[in-house]
This record gives sequence, C-alpha cells and structure tokens, in this order.
Amino acid sequence: MSKAEILIIDDEPQIRKLLDITLQSNGYLAKSATTAKEGLIMAENHPPELILLDLGLPDDSGHNVLKKLRLWYTNPIIILSVKKSEEEIIQALDNGANDFLSKPFRTGELLARIRSALRATNNDEGETILNFKDLKVDFSSRSVWKKDQLLKLTVTEYNLLALLIRNEGKVLTHQYLLRAIWGPGYISQSQYLRVYMAQIRKKIEDDPNIPAYLLTEAGVGYRFVNNVIENKN
Amino acid sequence: MFSFTTPDKSKQYLISISIIVVVAAVCFAFSQYIGYKVAALMLLVTVSLLAITFDILPVLLSAALSAFIWNFFFIPPRFTIHVDATEDLILFIMYFIIALISGVLTHKIRQIEKKARLKEEKANSVKLYNTIMNSLSHELRTPIATIIGATDNLQTNTNLTKENREQLIAEISKASLRLNQQVENLLNISRLKSGHIQPKYDWTDIGELIYQTVKSVEENNQGRKINISIKPDLPLCSLDKGMLEQIIYNLLNNAAIHTSADCRINIDATCYADVLEITIEDSGKGFADINPKDLFNKFSGTANSKTTGSGLGLSIVKGFTEALRGNVELTRSQYGGSKFIFTLPVKTSQFHSTE
Repeated sequence: MSKAEILIIDDEPQIRKLLDITLQSNGYLAKSATTAKEGLIMAENHPPELILLDLGLPDDSGHNVLKKLRLWYTNPIIILSVKKSEEEIIQALDNGANDFLSKPFRTGELLARIRSALRATNNDEGETILNFKDLKVDFSSRSVWKKDQLLKLTVTEYNLLALLIRNEGKVLTHQYLLRAIWGPGYISQSQYLRVYMAQIRKKIEDDPNIPAYLLTEAGVGYRFVNNVIENKN
Repeated sequence: MFSFTTPDKSKQYLISISIIVVVAAVCFAFSQYIGYKVAALMLLVTVSLLAITFDILPVLLSAALSAFIWNFFFIPPRFTIHVDATEDLILFIMYFIIALISGVLTHKIRQIEKKARLKEEKANSVKLYNTIMNSLSHELRTPIATIIGATDNLQTNTNLTKENREQLIAEISKASLRLNQQVENLLNISRLKSGHIQPKYDWTDIGELIYQTVKSVEENNQGRKINISIKPDLPLCSLDKGMLEQIIYNLLNNAAIHTSADCRINIDATCYADVLEITIEDSGKGFADINPKDLFNKFSGTANSKTTGSGLGLSIVKGFTEALRGNVELTRSQYGGSKFIFTLPVKTSQFHSTE
C-alpha cells in the first residue's frame, strides 16, 4: 500500500516540524505549507489524502481556507487550533471540517484522529453491512448486533446511531444531530440528545461511563470511532 | 476627585457658549441694579466653574467670548467695542487676563490631580504585579528549568544510560503538562479578572463529565487512580460544562499533586432536588496550617509545603463557583485529608424518551 499523503498548513515552524516527524515516522507522507495561499496552491496541484489545517494563519483566516477547499476538496480536513473556543470549532465543523484538535495535543490522539478520518472516507453509502470490534450494523435491515446479539434499538436510537456510524470519525455537532434526527424545530433541545446518547451507550458500550465507540466532544458534539487498531502513544 | 462624565468636545463648546450667554443675559436683565463691574465678576466665576469640568480649549473660548460680551453689552458706551474711560479699558484687559489665568490654572490643577491618580493606580498595579510574579515565577520557572536542563542533558551528555534517558524524557513530559496547566490557569484568571465571564448553560450529563475529567486528571498524573461514586440516575443538569469541568479538574488535580502516590482520592456526585453536590476528598495531610477562609484567596500557596503551587487553581475554583452562583467549602475528610464540598443550585431535566 502506498503511503497516504498529508498536507500540513500551519505557520508555526515548531509545530510543522513536530507534525512532520510524527507523520513521517508513522508511515505517512507529510508535506507542509506555511501560508493560506501556499496551502491552497499545494492542495490544488496535488490533492492529498488528508489536510491538517491551522486556524490562525498569517495571510488569511483558516475558516476562509476551509471554505475555499470545500468548494472542491472532498477528503478529510482536520482543524488545529490554539483557541479552545467552542463557537470557532462548531463554525469550522459546519464549514466542512471533519474533526478538530486543540493545541497542545498528544501525538497519540492526533494519529488516532487521522486514522479514523482516513478510514471514514471509504465508509460512505454503498456498503450495507459494517463491522467494528464487537459491533455489526446492517443498514438494509436497520439492525445492530453487539457481540453477535441483536440489539433492541428504538427508531430514534437506531437513526441517531446509524447517522453517527455513517460519519465515522467525523464530529457531528449537537445542532446538526438534532436537526437531522428530530427536525429544525428541535435544535435547542439538547437534552433529547443527551438522554438518547446515554441510552445508546448503555446498549453498545462495554462500560457506558468509559465509551469506546460514541465519544463526546464537550460543548461541540459527538463522534463515532472505531478504535480497533488504536495503540497507546 | 471629580467623577463627572465629561461630555465630548463639540458638546463642551456648545455648553460653555450657552452657559456664558445665559449668565450674560441674566446679568444684562439686572444690569441697572448690579452695575457692569458685578457682571464682570459673575462672568469670571462662570468661566472658572467651566474650567473645573471642561477642557482647556472650550474654557479659553468662553473666556474670550465673555470678555467680548462684557465689553460689548456692559462697558459704557454699550453696544460698541469702544471703551471710553481709561479705568474701564484697564478693567477690560484685567478681566481678559484673569479669565485666561483662571481657566488655565484650573485646567493645570486638574491635570496634576489626574497624574497623581494615575501614579497611585500604577503603584497599586505594580504591587499586585509583583505579588503575582513572585508566586508565578516559581511555578513557571521550575518546569521550564526542568525542560531546558533535561533536553540539554539529552543532547550533550553521552554517558546517559537508556534508563536515564527515559527518566529525563518523563520529566520533560511532566514539566510541560504542569506548564500547560499553569498557562490554562492564568488564562482563566485573566478571564475572571476582566469580568467577561458569562456562564453558558446547557444540559449536562454529570456522570459523563466526571468520568471525562477524571480521565484527564489521571492521564496528567501518571499512576494516580481516582475513585468515582455517582448516584445512579442523576438527572441532566443545566449548567456551564466548561466551568464545572475546570472546577472539578482543579480540585482533583490539587489532590493528586499534593498527596503521596498511595493516598486515596474520591469524587462523589449526588443531586438533592435542585442542588447538585460534588465532593472531592483525599487521605493526604490536608490543609493543617491554613485558615479555610484564606485558602481560596488569590495566590495563597501554602508557605511551607514541599510542592508549592501558585494558588491560582483554587482561586479559579472560587471564581467559577461564584460565577455559577454555587458554593464551595473545605472541611476535614473522614480519611484524614481535605474534603471539598461543592454545591450548585441547578435546573434539572426529567426528560425521558417515550419510545
């Protein structure tokens, strides 16, 4: 298998160096751009499998770069940001980012996000049956098995879980999930989401308190991950 | 000290001109009783009063204007700028000079006062700055020194064993996490100080939040295990997740840093009607030598403990708790260490799915 190519768009030399070493040593081909302009040109000339985009660039805001990329670029984009601002993260996700990481982040976390974002690209429509560690989903019969046991899921529980699985690795914001599952009138009813997520976790997680599949991104949303080849740092 | 809110420039001109005109008009109406010399004094007083609140230029303008008005309307012959008597000419010149001087002088006094006030404020802020810097320089310099020393060693010392290298790398990692925590605390303190802190309420699963926070405390304090006990079926609570997380993190992290590795750390959460109660206790030495009231004050790192902190962590706990209208208390734990009881009035949701 050829190496997946990742484009880093970040103006901080130290971060670029760190990312470069981390990615190269983990079997990725890393290229880097230091400005928004350079990043856009590099992405266009040779579209990478994934882009790591810093929100604070010297010549343009990362949000604009994201919007420009999303006009044609369909592979995953992971946002790097120094600010822990939830609004900013939600805005980036709404503009088409797949995931985000706040600096400082751990290398292990970064690699896990990259892996899950790259895997997610082949996860789209098409497939009707998906297998994860001890979880199996059949979209055609709307069924989910945990350890080969068919789960009793309500309609809403299934819809929510299926939506998250279809977007494996991608952070779906609270508003997005509420609108998609309950409708536009419910986007402020975050308690619905909390209650249903708790119920789904009870059914699909080994320990609902320490979820392995359905992860919370505090203040932002949820994402489904398949940690099957997760290794510790 | 004058605490009037001074109107902006264009308004100042307008106001001073109108006041002069009004005073002049009143004097003019009564001129047959008071005579033109008293009118001059009245106008002078007015100019001086204006000088107390207004800027120098509007004051000079009103000085000139009033001089002209006095000359034109009051000094005989009236309605000319011509002055007959030598005495009146001298009076007019003196009037003009006195008006200018009083305007300029009052302005100067105000400037001196302003300077003194600024100086005082500056002295106070320097004092606060020094206090902060003293307590912080230790907390920031120690991890920086560790990182510089350890990386230097790794780069130049060829006699290091593999074990030495691993230890040094572990120290760098620990130091950078500590540094990160201090920076986080500083950012939070400045948010609190600037008064820009506004809780963002959202429905929160308390159990989930506690498990997540405990996980990050355990990750940042390798080898520590925290016991979690959460009352089953806690309702969803409406609160600021980020702030509550920071409160719990700081209290747990304190317990992990200030107790030995074999000490017990517990976190319990329960909800009575509309009050969320979270307790965090440990079997360490507790805060033996400190008044619980002083504990939460800014930068009150305990003087003689081995692992001094900047004390920022607890000030943030206090500040965030107040912002959420909650309460935090310190008592002695049944395990011998300290016990923080955090209570918060919350709106709870009894929403259950009906499918």
